[in-house]
Amino acid sequence: MDVMPKWADVVLVPVVSLLLAMVISALVILGIGEDPWAALKLMVQGSFGSTYGWGYTLFYATNFIFTGLAFAVASHASMFNIGAEGQATLGGLGVALVCLALPWPHWALALPAAMVGGALFGAAWAFLPAWLAAKRGSHIVITTIMFNFIGAAVLNYMLVNVMRPAGSMDPASAKFPDGTNLPSLHDILAVVGIPFSKSAPANLAFIIALIACVVVWLLIWRTRFGFELRAYGKSESAAVYAGISPTKIIVVAMLISGGLAGMMAVNNVMGEAERLVLNSVEGAGFIGIAVALMGRNHPLGILLAAILFGFLYQGGAELALWMSIPRELIVVIQGLVILFTGALDNMVRMPIEKIFLAIRRSKQAAGE
Amino acid sequence: MKDLADTSGQPPGAAPNAPPAIELRGISKAFGPVQANKDISLSVAKGAIHGIIGENGAGKSTLMSILYGFYKADRGEILINGQVTQIPDSQAAIAAGIGMVFQHFKLVENFTVLENVVLGAEEGALLRTTMSNARKHLTEIAEEYEMNVDPDAVIEEIGVGQQQRVEILKSLYRNAEILILDEPTGVLTPAEADHLFRILRGLRDEGKTIILITHKLREIMDVTDTVSVMRRGEMTATVKTAETSPEELAELMVGRKVLLRVNKRPAQPGPTVLKVENLRVVDEDKVERLKGVSLEVRAGEILGIAGVAGNGQSELLNVLGGITRATGSVQINGQEIDLTGKHSDGRSRRKRGISHVPEDRQRAGLIMDFAAWENMVFGYQWDPALNTGWLMDNAGIKAETEGKMERFDVRPPNPQLAAKSFSGGNQQKIVLAREIERNPDLLLVGQPTRGVDIGAIEFIHQQIIDLRDAGKAILLVSVELDEIMGLSDRIAVMFDGQIMGERLPDETNEGELGLLMAGVTSGEGAR
Repeated sequence: MDVMPKWADVVLVPVVSLLLAMVISALVILGIGEDPWAALKLMVQGSFGSTYGWGYTLFYATNFIFTGLAFAVASHASMFNIGAEGQATLGGLGVALVCLALPWPHWALALPAAMVGGALFGAAWAFLPAWLAAKRGSHIVITTIMFNFIGAAVLNYMLVNVMRPAGSMDPASAKFPDGTNLPSLHDILAVVGIPFSKSAPANLAFIIALIACVVVWLLIWRTRFGFELRAYGKSESAAVYAGISPTKIIVVAMLISGGLAGMMAVNNVMGEAERLVLNSVEGAGFIGIAVALMGRNHPLGILLAAILFGFLYQGGAELALWMSIPRELIVVIQGLVILFTGALDNMVRMPIEKIFLAIRRSKQAAGE
Repeated sequence: MKDLADTSGQPPGAAPNAPPAIELRGISKAFGPVQANKDISLSVAKGAIHGIIGENGAGKSTLMSILYGFYKADRGEILINGQVTQIPDSQAAIAAGIGMVFQHFKLVENFTVLENVVLGAEEGALLRTTMSNARKHLTEIAEEYEMNVDPDAVIEEIGVGQQQRVEILKSLYRNAEILILDEPTGVLTPAEADHLFRILRGLRDEGKTIILITHKLREIMDVTDTVSVMRRGEMTATVKTAETSPEELAELMVGRKVLLRVNKRPAQPGPTVLKVENLRVVDEDKVERLKGVSLEVRAGEILGIAGVAGNGQSELLNVLGGITRATGSVQINGQEIDLTGKHSDGRSRRKRGISHVPEDRQRAGLIMDFAAWENMVFGYQWDPALNTGWLMDNAGIKAETEGKMERFDVRPPNPQLAAKSFSGGNQQKIVLAREIERNPDLLLVGQPTRGVDIGAIEFIHQQIIDLRDAGKAILLVSVELDEIMGLSDRIAVMFDGQIMGERLPDETNEGELGLLMAGVTSGEGAR
């Protein structure tokens, strides 16, 4: 028997966690002599108050959806893939190589090729840790985190030594041809007559992220492979009994996970920067872990959590811009949200469970 | 609570007018929504063997864990020799003179007997004096209670019966006056169990108090002076053993009349379905687990494999079920199956008509977090009948699950409920429904009623017999000798990875099987 109704589990617990994180954040802001209420208003205003704000919030959210989904897919196979950062980095390399390879005539041709490129590079970066885990029992946490560092170094080498245009001092690739520029939300929404900020970076990749949510949901809960993946994730011994190959599950789950992380580059590299720069992922691979934890590894939860973290990123930038709140403090606030919604989940869950239990008991007592 | 007898009567080893060794008053304990113990009162006289019997989940282990300081009771008090005693942890329990022998021994495998006995009771920083004192003391205890164990033997090199004696010695070395044994005979042969009971009677006659937790009615009748029955967290009765019967105890445990014997017609064996020849398994530690096993099972018969746990039965099931690789030959309906290559997995076996009810349903047979409907196709998810193109036919599977749950009397019949929310018996019915309704040629069944309530045992046995009567071959592995004797048409006894011999249930008895299970082939030997 479940202790709590499902809505309490899925909605109430995260919301209470979030409120607690906000209360502590407010105290911190009070502590440095600023007005927390004004800060909150500024954050909401800055991220949801205009289509410009929305454009940034959704742009960040798109990154987090991809990395969150990446973490979730591996997580359902009980693989703790914390290598999305490196996989997205390599994905960026894949996207850049595709974009620079041909003088693309139109984005509609470049996009599928770039998606495949990003996904392939991301998946390849996940393959070796997966293969080592399946065949040699290497711990996936250790190997994927190591691959993050190697990935950063590979990107550095490629940008400085291979992809940097002759004469440029900047460790970045050449600008992509115009035929690879993705339509922004401004362009897309203009078709249906909705005005949207022209300068915000949100682009077609957000729509692709939404489609990815649906595809991942289908994969995990509707296909045979998803069934086997979840079964393996819950119980390896039972999976072996049923004739499910652990090697196959580990490798394929990690390839899909790495591929999703790699596809993030369609948003930040192809959609926004339109060239490949150093550290283009900017920690989105790690935020994806928090997003997936908060979203309970479910695509819908990941979508909502990604928008929340997009709000924190965009709102945080606004704070740094308009109030005398240092940039570091925004990282503190983001950290508090991760701490409360991810790590301290049980701290909130257990008291809430007790309350529901007490309610049920008193109802039963009244019924008797 | 229904008191069928006055338990303060004088058992053999009791001192006159002494307060009870243990008295529990109104003990209650809840885990979340589950009330594990509900207002339990119990009084055990000094110098008695008191049995506590009940189905799995009845609250026996919780009660003993409270007594041994693992859990704290929500309400109620514990009296030891008439004194109210707080037992916050196991150290306090030991100080109060309580010793516990767990179902799974808590011994350091590569330590000697003496080292294990001393562990945790060392005097001072240096071992030397402790050891020489302990050796003397241990020898005295062992002689007093006739428990001969070599103090210098290493644990992993002695048998389970001896290991259990070490556990008892550990408690006695710590001056335990009250000894709790949790399911002590699960790993013993019948002869070893008899030996244990002799030791327990000896301890009782020396004035020790013994609490024996078990679900085996026969042991209760054999060895206890008084017995308490638990059901759903409550103590339903406490009776003198001499004044009750197995039937009455079973009824008290389940709450209704139970059939303790299996009704079946004689088998009508058909052609050979399973033919195993010279099967060998070497495990990761290079230990040979199966040493050339050969056997045959025909259509319409049940071959029972008897044996003490750990003598190769699990490996046999795992090889046939595609989990473990092996050398040798296995034929199904005259066709060789792959034992080492690409097709030696559970999926290939299922496609060959082998269904497998595994020994450990919680670790293997079910995904505990999956809903009943998902578990109902677990292992068969590749079947095109369960899929529509790329996607699984979830609606169809759910609809079919409802029918299976009804036919196999799974309660509650809710396909959405997670497997872990069902009782042990109903979990087993889900596995059986899945495997039997595939209509296999060969059904492998391991420990079909382990951890299953008495009420459900009857039903499960009937399902297995019905499948046999439908002309299917069944290979049954169980450590419960009663079950093997009741269900099998032929019995093969395994010991140390080998078949020691085959017997017909009508022409053998527990004594003879017990000897074979211990590796003794006397008289005519194996047929």
